[in-house]
Amino acid sequence: MESTQQTESKIIELKPFTDEMVVNMGPQHPSTHGVLRLELRLDGEIVREAIPHIGYLHRCFEKHSENLSYPQIIPFTDRMDYVAAMNQNWGFCLAVEKLLEMDETKDFAVPERAEYLRVLICELNRIASHLLSFGTYGMDIGAFTPFLYAFRDRERLLLLFEKICGARLTYNYIRIGGVSEIIPMEPGSIDEQNYLDEIESFLDYFEPKIDEYNDLLTSNSIFSERTMGVAVMPAEMAISYGATGPNLRGSGVDWDLRRDEPYSIYDRFDFDVPVAKDIPELGAVLGDCWSRYKVRMDEMKESVKIVRQILAEGLPDGPVMADLKAVRPPKGEIYYRSEAPRGELGFYIVSDGTPKPVRVKGRSPCFSALSALQELSRGLMVADIIAIIGSIDIVMGEVDR
Amino acid sequence: MSDFFSDGFFNNINLQDSSNWATDFVQDVIIPRLPEAVAGHFPMELGTVLVMLAFAGIFVAVVPLLPLVLVLAERKVAARFQNRTGPMRVGPWGTLQTLADGVKLIFKEDFIPPQGDKVLFLLAPYVIFACSFAVFAAIPFGDGIPIPGDFNIGIFYIMAISSVIVMGVIMAGWSSNSKWSLLGSLRSAAQIVSYEIPLGLSILTVVMLVESLSMSKIVDTQSGGIFTWLIFRSPFTFIAFFIFFISSIAEVNRTPFDLPEAESEIVAGFHTEYSGMRFALFFIAEYANMFAVSAIGVTLFLGGWQGVLPGFDFLGGFPGFVIKTLGLVFLMMWLRWTLPRLRVDQLMNLCWKYFIPISFFNILGTGIWGLIFKEDNVWSIGISCAIIYVGLISAYAIAGRNLARRPEPQPS
Repeated sequence: MESTQQTESKIIELKPFTDEMVVNMGPQHPSTHGVLRLELRLDGEIVREAIPHIGYLHRCFEKHSENLSYPQIIPFTDRMDYVAAMNQNWGFCLAVEKLLEMDETKDFAVPERAEYLRVLICELNRIASHLLSFGTYGMDIGAFTPFLYAFRDRERLLLLFEKICGARLTYNYIRIGGVSEIIPMEPGSIDEQNYLDEIESFLDYFEPKIDEYNDLLTSNSIFSERTMGVAVMPAEMAISYGATGPNLRGSGVDWDLRRDEPYSIYDRFDFDVPVAKDIPELGAVLGDCWSRYKVRMDEMKESVKIVRQILAEGLPDGPVMADLKAVRPPKGEIYYRSEAPRGELGFYIVSDGTPKPVRVKGRSPCFSALSALQELSRGLMVADIIAIIGSIDIVMGEVDR
Repeated sequence: MSDFFSDGFFNNINLQDSSNWATDFVQDVIIPRLPEAVAGHFPMELGTVLVMLAFAGIFVAVVPLLPLVLVLAERKVAARFQNRTGPMRVGPWGTLQTLADGVKLIFKEDFIPPQGDKVLFLLAPYVIFACSFAVFAAIPFGDGIPIPGDFNIGIFYIMAISSVIVMGVIMAGWSSNSKWSLLGSLRSAAQIVSYEIPLGLSILTVVMLVESLSMSKIVDTQSGGIFTWLIFRSPFTFIAFFIFFISSIAEVNRTPFDLPEAESEIVAGFHTEYSGMRFALFFIAEYANMFAVSAIGVTLFLGGWQGVLPGFDFLGGFPGFVIKTLGLVFLMMWLRWTLPRLRVDQLMNLCWKYFIPISFFNILGTGIWGLIFKEDNVWSIGISCAIIYVGLISAYAIAGRNLARRPEPQPS
């Protein structure tokens, strides 16, 4: 080997070759959104290949679940997508409720009041999640200030969650058959009114802020330069990788489970589903990082709309928990999906009629979206990798489970 | 304009000027105070050198205080922008926070990567530190404040010295034996080398108007109040100022051009592996640099220590100079906490496709301007200000129309 190199070095190279550099991005890296490790093969700044390695946050959620009773699994779902834990609780509870065959005809349906509380809280949680996504995306692109603005507003939401369930991050609020009543809130009481007023004042404060953030970041020309036309994911590719939620809608596919497969009481509310499209005047290409980001920004407005409708109607009277003696689903299996902030969150549960499930499988939207990273990032630059990771908005807790 | 290009530019470099003030100091201040017997035999050369060393010592002692203030200012400014209070614990309103940080850094482990190039690793911070401080030698701070490096090629010296910084950056990145550091240092090299061209070209427009490279002469020509400041002297220097300012932000690696130390991409770039006091040297150098380029900008374009009105001291003298410089520094901080970061190729595009052609156009324009108006008078300045005014108004109108035409970005 050495001798060949020596002889080669005598020939004057007209085309100097460059070595590829293999770099590990992560698991400790400020903008891989958790403990994602990317194996980058770099040619200078150009990324030849980015291979994601996952599993640094694996906590055996699925195996754990086989040894726990159904209500005991709910806190584990909190730890999946810890940014939108309410929605994770709900996704799991929906699946178990379906398995229990709870509906109006049975005597243990989910009460109306609980359904309203669930939608209210989960939409607020969606706003909190998208706010975090917006803030960290700004930071990934290099603007630090939007991050703190986002956290400032998210803080108010967390205080609202704290008031209703006592926790700020892992709520364990939505239970099988209703919602938790750890902090009692009598229907029609002054507590309830205060709480709803507080939400309303937050919405009044927050709605103009979305436009402010759009001015600050979305329409910033450096930000657009960095994100528009970068990592374009066409609709077919998004579907083939199983991307869901804002990532799918960012590719122009008009699909939202809340509208197209309405669960709970989503069919009663009037809201739009923001879908990205080509905007040649701005330079935005359908399916690029900017489109995915913008869908999230617009979704916050839609969530505000839904919450406002609930506030206008007011919470119905009644209990917040179904009259459920024990959670012992009949023998069978179920796959049930719901629209979490990051996309289609599905739970596949196999029951053998005992209080413990035989198998629980979580279908994580982030995992599917992350699998597209390798194809999206080929031939781009190091800085673009950061832009992609931010735009597909992964939470490693959910990818690894 | 012609004299230092025609009869041998390099033959004319006069370093003698620089030692004059020290010799004068020895003659006027020291010798009269010595006893008669000694005064006659006082070694002038040695005395001059000692005086210069003493002044250098003052510089080295005083200039590091600048970053101390600027770091705190940056944190407080950032806090204001972000609805925070910033550091509040150490000292009243957190004013001693930087001092506490400095003490912490002194006591930290001085880590040297075992696989790295030890000599270069140890040397790199000092190269950067020394260069960014050497720039201060040629800056005219105020009326009567001696300029240790007042050569007739002052601005040339500043450009030369500040270019050496990139060597330190590459040394740091290479010797750390870390891939991220290497990436950062190469980014930095490409960036600084590229942006030096528009920077130098925009300085050249000033030099063409003043017909001197000497910093003190550049300041002297701006003594007639705000409209004789070089930024208003001709429409081309007005453009040059903005190119200079943006390029100097790129030179000191700050957002939106902070790619060499992009935190979210390559963690800290070339100084990732540095710890303790060596890291502090980078940090101090960064802020000293920021102040230095702002001071140069003020000297070249905003009248230096000359006041707004001739004969009045408002915004003049040393305090005026510092206020103007801090104004530019604040502008840099403002940009940093507002704007995202460019990508490497976009950074290069901006430099090579926009700034450099515009700078060449500027030089051509300045040449023509110099031919038309042989010397500055009321007419030239009046016409210049009128053109700048009309240009600004039309730029505003065009931008406004484009913004109005731009559709509301709403894909939904």
